[in-house]
Amino acid sequence: MQITNLETVPGKTIHQHLGLVQGSSVRAKHVGRDIMASLKNLFGGELKGYTELLSESREEAMERMIRQAEAVGANAILNVRFSTSSVTQGAAEIYVYGTAVILE
Amino acid sequence: MDFQFWYILILLIAAYFIGTYIEKRHYKSIISRENELNTLPAVSLRKPPSGPFHQQLVLGNVTISVDYFKRFLAALHAFFGGRITSYETLLDRARREALLRLKESAREQNAALIMNVRYETASIYKGNGGNIGSVEVLAYGTALIPQRTLTQDGQLP
Repeated sequence: MQITNLETVPGKTIHQHLGLVQGSSVRAKHVGRDIMASLKNLFGGELKGYTELLSESREEAMERMIRQAEAVGANAILNVRFSTSSVTQGAAEIYVYGTAVILE
Repeated sequence: MDFQFWYILILLIAAYFIGTYIEKRHYKSIISRENELNTLPAVSLRKPPSGPFHQQLVLGNVTISVDYFKRFLAALHAFFGGRITSYETLLDRARREALLRLKESAREQNAALIMNVRYETASIYKGNGGNIGSVEVLAYGTALIPQRTLTQDGQLP
């Protein structure tokens, strides 16, 4: 499965468009991370717990997108985009979407 | 009342000194790593050059929090208006750090170029009174990896 956020792949042509595929993941931080975060909020600096949390949930969202693309028989996902939205205090939704295609 | 005033004042002073120290250290690290990674260009162009490249999606993200003193300053600015410098540096640091992490992960895979770089910013923590406490920046793009480096290293495209 080739995943790219470009619109074309050099040397290959798009044989068939299979439509939009997407994956999302909503995660909340746990209490331990929140305590550390409130301390860091006082003095500034990187919130490593959050960075990890968000990259984990991004991976999960991408995995779901890939599974969906495999289900429709695609071999590549083009023009992938990410988007983040905070649903409630302390939870974030990661959304990833792209166009599933068959490359030849 | 009196106790509360001193408590907040001490907190502000401590946050100012520690926060400034952390920010300076971070900028130092950003600048030295930027010089190091200057040879790997990241562009926002979308048309890939023709050639035997393998494409790989690369990500870099960071969550940075602003300190209590700067949040206090920002609250004052929000009342009087004007540039909020403290948030400008917060976002600048976060974007540059995210791009650096993107480049670092691309370099690990022997990329020659990163195309269509995009940023995604989200405020993930809101403090008292709806003040933005921390922001998450994601930088993502497509790394172009020359095919021959792949075969040399024995990795499959």
